[in-house]
Amino acid sequence: MKDYDSKGIPHTTPRQSATYTLDANSDIRRAAATGIYDIRGGGAKRKVPSFDDLLFLGASISRYALEGYREKCDTNVVLGTRFAKNPIEIDIPITIAGMSFGALSGAAKEALGRGANAAGTSTTTGDGGMTPEERGHSSKLVYQVLPSRYGMNPDDLRKADAIEIVVGQGAKPGGGGMLLGQKISDRVAQMRNLPKGIDQRSSCRHPDWTGPDDLEIKVLEIRELTDWKVPIYIKIAGTRPYFDTKLAVKAGADVIVLDGMQGGTAATQDVFIEHVGLPTLSCIRPAVRALQEMDMHRKVQLIVSGGIRSGADVAKAMALGADAVAIGTAALIALGDNDPKWEAEYNKLGTTAGAYDDWHEGLDPAGITTQDPELMSRFDPVEGGRRLRNYLKVLTLEAQTLARACGKNHLHNLEPEDMVALTMEAAAMAQVPLAGTDWYPGKDKF
Amino acid sequence: MCGIVGLFLKDKSLEPRLGELLTEMLVTMTERGPDSAGIAIYRNGGGDASKLTLQSENADEDFATIDADLGNAIGATVTSERNDTHAVLSVPSDKIDLARDALSKIRPDVRIMSVGETIEIYKEVGLPKDVAARFAVEKMGGTHAIGHTRMATESGVSTLSAHPFSTGDDQCLVHNGSLSNHNRMRRQLRREGMVINTENDTEVGAAYVSWKMKTGSTLGEALESTIDDIDGFFNFVVGTKDGFGVVRDPIATKPAVMAETDQYVAFASEYRAFVDLPGIDNARVWEPEPATVYFWNH
Amino acid sequence: MNTVDLETQSLRSLNQSLHDLIGTTEKTKWTVLNPKGAHAIAAGIDSPMDITIDGSAGYFCASMNKQADVHIKGSAGPGLGENMISGTITVDGDASQNAGATAHGGLLNIKGNASARTGISMKGVDIVVHGSIGHMAAFMGQSGNLVVLGDAGEALGDSCYEARFFVRGEVKSLGADCEKKEMRPEHIEFLKDILERTGADAKPEEFTRYGSARKLYNFDVDNASAY
Repeated sequence: MKDYDSKGIPHTTPRQSATYTLDANSDIRRAAATGIYDIRGGGAKRKVPSFDDLLFLGASISRYALEGYREKCDTNVVLGTRFAKNPIEIDIPITIAGMSFGALSGAAKEALGRGANAAGTSTTTGDGGMTPEERGHSSKLVYQVLPSRYGMNPDDLRKADAIEIVVGQGAKPGGGGMLLGQKISDRVAQMRNLPKGIDQRSSCRHPDWTGPDDLEIKVLEIRELTDWKVPIYIKIAGTRPYFDTKLAVKAGADVIVLDGMQGGTAATQDVFIEHVGLPTLSCIRPAVRALQEMDMHRKVQLIVSGGIRSGADVAKAMALGADAVAIGTAALIALGDNDPKWEAEYNKLGTTAGAYDDWHEGLDPAGITTQDPELMSRFDPVEGGRRLRNYLKVLTLEAQTLARACGKNHLHNLEPEDMVALTMEAAAMAQVPLAGTDWYPGKDKF
Repeated sequence: MCGIVGLFLKDKSLEPRLGELLTEMLVTMTERGPDSAGIAIYRNGGGDASKLTLQSENADEDFATIDADLGNAIGATVTSERNDTHAVLSVPSDKIDLARDALSKIRPDVRIMSVGETIEIYKEVGLPKDVAARFAVEKMGGTHAIGHTRMATESGVSTLSAHPFSTGDDQCLVHNGSLSNHNRMRRQLRREGMVINTENDTEVGAAYVSWKMKTGSTLGEALESTIDDIDGFFNFVVGTKDGFGVVRDPIATKPAVMAETDQYVAFASEYRAFVDLPGIDNARVWEPEPATVYFWNH
Repeated sequence: MNTVDLETQSLRSLNQSLHDLIGTTEKTKWTVLNPKGAHAIAAGIDSPMDITIDGSAGYFCASMNKQADVHIKGSAGPGLGENMISGTITVDGDASQNAGATAHGGLLNIKGNASARTGISMKGVDIVVHGSIGHMAAFMGQSGNLVVLGDAGEALGDSCYEARFFVRGEVKSLGADCEKKEMRPEHIEFLKDILERTGADAKPEEFTRYGSARKLYNFDVDNASAY
């Protein structure tokens, strides 16, 4: 394009709309062509205030640091100390979040078990029941009770080391799931008792209870079913964390799992993922306040999930009051999901490494979120497990590094006061002061 | 989120036992609502007097001379009967509005729980058995009564947030469920002149029913219109001077069970609240249908 | 014969005694006195037994049952036989909402009425209701059979998969993707057997069959209003 036209008038640069962006326009065209909302996997992709907006205050003169690698900084955590006869003790405060067989291949579930075992932590089933691969390779396995109850049976319930009643997921608080036909293979169909090849709808409410008063009775039932042996977790999406935490405690939870909006899902409506729920950063303080008001902080353990990627994220979540964190998406990436080595194949699917989120379509080039035998064969569960173990070790070492720098002999001793915020948003959400000041929005200091 | 119990007597010979029967039902619903409890009881009414049930955090001081003070203020004879943190004042019915205004001046911190010819409301924070004991509910007789045990969801644990709610003379409402359009409806009802004191969704339900009745609906019609206008999940049980009504939302996930014999009609969130009622083994026991109004009148 | 009186013994000790039998094969007999609407009575049994509950039960009675024959002499609260795998549950009175929710197998025999969401998300169980059922019965029902001698409420079989419904009386309305089906000889045979087994006073020919129209199995924009 020339800078001037034939009359010598300067050419103006065509201006793209900030409202009707190229992204927005392509969504409109897609909707017009298909008549159905976009369904995808993963968590919120939009930018939200996050742990990246917090910094630790290392030790200096007023505080003394611990010597790295020599002076101990413990990482173990016991989950389920309130009512269960057999609480779960894990070596690191990082657990593997619930992901279903169906969404993941059997080999991927096996790799999660292998990695978690080697790192001394637990894994979690998902919507679709418990597979032998998973039980066999996970020494500590949390069994989810979900609204659809696919694959739910009392034998597996009694084999579990903890039970997690899933009320909500950060990716879709108040919504159900969606697994499109391509992935309902013979084995998935048989485990879920569904016709092969159909679109599977998952319900948004449990079939046999609604509300905290009935949840309390549901918890009692599961305690009776499992003879009060194992911890009962209640997983909630980050929407009204203060109220929901209180109600989960009243309903009898041993452990609360709190999942923010960056938390992933196998598949649901994009509009849900991007427009419902709270950023993880903003969920933790209200939940911890609820626990403290009930004198239940550290007595009912709080596991936070949704966008945990690094040891810094782990340490920050714990400093805000979490007892542990859970990872899902990051674990899949550690196994090899979205690896640039498959770039050519991602391009064939119309996407690129890092952006691939059509996990429900079952075409995952990395062989993880698929039920296709040929794609699955690309994934080696032993190697995958080793990679996950390495990643978990790094997360732990990083978190310890930060904790030692703050003078802590246990990750649990990190406090909100060990941090500052880089942005007003993060300061308000995490209720820690803006860096270099002594105030944060929402506190009566100005 | 809660437990509800209600008992509407048809047989006068049971009236002296109303409080005793209701207390047993209420205490059975403790797990459903351990935060606070309350009852509305209809009794000893009629004549030219109306009752004001009051609650105070500072009852010794507030209630010591309230009968004389209020009597002086409105120029009428007022009698008062204290019951723990509550007191029931008897005021000539034609002076009731005057009494309300005077109270806000002479006892600004005292809360009005209910107003009416026969209704009395008692509610406090605490376990249902303790709340029932402090007011000696089991010694109360009456024609009908509604009780509620509360597990607070979004509004706080306080006396004012406890149920029942009364927003009209001799009217009360309790609720189990969760309303999803109560904020908008609260604003609308306030514009219509209804007084709503809390952020509690149930109080909006109560005010809605009172508003409907104030504008000409019968209790039955008011309950019918909750199905169209109130969004969310609810079981409402309401009381009026001589009536008792029940309505459930169309989805009807919150539990509700009813029992009827020649002697009474009873409502509860769970069957186990009925087990000590006389003749329950031969009662007609059923679940109220969704989006269907039930009511009984004396 | 083992008798447990819930007036004097705890629910926990009852259920623990029943669970202690898991893995045994000898058939035992149990009676539970004074249930008084308590929750989770006989939840999680997995051994052959006859167990009689002498009164009305609360939520989740005999949930996840395997092998046992459970008889409730009164009524049952919400979630009766929730996620049952096998065995039978018989209720002399009514069942509250969500009876047989997500149940995979066995037989649930309700002599009275059942209320909302009977057989919700059923996954293989057979349910016979001698009276009538409430709304949203067998919502998302995957497989198994729901037989109703009386009437069905609104939205029967909404969003169902391969579960089958047989109703003798009126159906107030059918749910999304549920339709009337023809009765074939195999359905008459099935009904004949199950009516006999449940002591039901009805003839197979009096029933109408309903099931999935299978239009929601794979998304089609023209059916979007049903979502």
